Amino acid sequence: MSRRVVVTGLGCITPLGAGKDALWNGMLSGKSGIDYITRFDTSDYPTKIAAEVKDFNPEDYIEKKEIKKMDRFTQYAVAASSLAVKDAELNIESLNAEKIGVILGSGVGGIETLEEQHMRLHEKGPKRVSPFFIPMMISNIGAGYVSMILGAKGPNSTIVTACASATNAIGEAFKTIERGAADVIITGGMEAGITPLSIGGFCSMKAMSTRNEEPQKASSPFDAKRDGFVMGEGAGIIILEDLEHAIKRGAKIYAEIVGYGMSADAYHITAPSPEGEGAARSMMEAINDADITPEAIDYINAHGTSTPYNDKFETMAIKRVFKEHAYKLSVSSTKSMTGHLLGAAGGVEAIACVMAVNQDKVPPTINYETPDPELDLDYVPNQYKERVVNYALSNSLGFGGHNATIIFKKYQ
Amino acid sequence: MFEKVVKIIGEQLGLDDVSHVEPTTSLMNDLEADSLDAVEIIMAIEDEFGVEIPDEEAEKFKNIGDIVKYVEANQ
Repeated sequence: MSRRVVVTGLGCITPLGAGKDALWNGMLSGKSGIDYITRFDTSDYPTKIAAEVKDFNPEDYIEKKEIKKMDRFTQYAVAASSLAVKDAELNIESLNAEKIGVILGSGVGGIETLEEQHMRLHEKGPKRVSPFFIPMMISNIGAGYVSMILGAKGPNSTIVTACASATNAIGEAFKTIERGAADVIITGGMEAGITPLSIGGFCSMKAMSTRNEEPQKASSPFDAKRDGFVMGEGAGIIILEDLEHAIKRGAKIYAEIVGYGMSADAYHITAPSPEGEGAARSMMEAINDADITPEAIDYINAHGTSTPYNDKFETMAIKRVFKEHAYKLSVSSTKSMTGHLLGAAGGVEAIACVMAVNQDKVPPTINYETPDPELDLDYVPNQYKERVVNYALSNSLGFGGHNATIIFKKYQ
Repeated sequence: MFEKVVKIIGEQLGLDDVSHVEPTTSLMNDLEADSLDAVEIIMAIEDEFGVEIPDEEAEKFKNIGDIVKYVEANQ
């Protein structure tokens, strides 16, 4: 029999605050982390809003001399991982270090560093490109740095599947522990893409909301007036652990992870496959992996980006998998509050699912005002809901047609 | 000149206190700089003083005093 894997720690840096309590309480109170972009001048941009991480002081988590050598996405990853390890009361020492791993996801890695160094190249020439440019920019350096700072010597890798990255990372971490290659894995996602080039690119795709006049209302998943996603940033990290290992050290157990599925649309670079066919197969794979029936699922934390296409096709995918039960389960998009953290989204949303099964509370979809006739599920509009959550499912769907799903179960 | 160089080194290495840094202080042996830090520091010094320090010269520097001497002679 394969090993059971449980969640024993949660840590995050998000637009709703640092640490799981700030995130979860923010979600339950329906708080929006979205406001005007402060990082650069947005005068020439059609989108002027994002969910920036505020009040983040890297010196609270990282030695000063190391901070300069880290892109912002790595700083978020190290800070969130430190919070998660602390929450798990996990001591990483020479005896266990080789069985403690790090598997993270990121959509793009150090794009802010890339932009700065590219400017230096143009202004001052190749001899002024920093020797730290490459190790600051590469997407895997976040997981590398977390291992260095925390001393975790076990399996270490990074998944890059756009907005599905963190969910894929958590799924792979789950399977790595299940097969015995590690006892504990620090896993989730990290992203810091609120930069001039990155926002410019997404604006050109017409993928982002332009509701600049009311930032807190701009992310409105499943609402008829939704007009695009709002970019967020940060890191969401969970500690996955072999059940026996967790019991032996007396760890508190938040939930169990029981299913992982993934699929490819094999259809288009950015558009979801018609009727959410690919997303449906990803959910079904995860349900089969968990060895349950679709009727067991109580809550879905949707990818729910607030783009016209995503929310329509994801709703169709849910109906395809769950049939009549689709109307009995609760579906919400916490991106309505956090914005879309891209490669970190699945990490933050995993925390939402873990807390939902732990607390029997379902976080809301805020800004749900005008029902879309085609979208007729229970999206938990505007107020969180108390309901027994035995199983929670989290979807993450990425450009390139990557679909990933994980399932958490109440621990008993 | 020495104080300016020390200030640049302190900024690059994130040192809060540079009062103990002397001309005989070695970047790598005493201040725990790695080879990438050293490249970055040389770049910052080149920018600050408008000098060019070829790699073969930079490799000969044993301590901060050597850097200061080179910059003074070539500025």
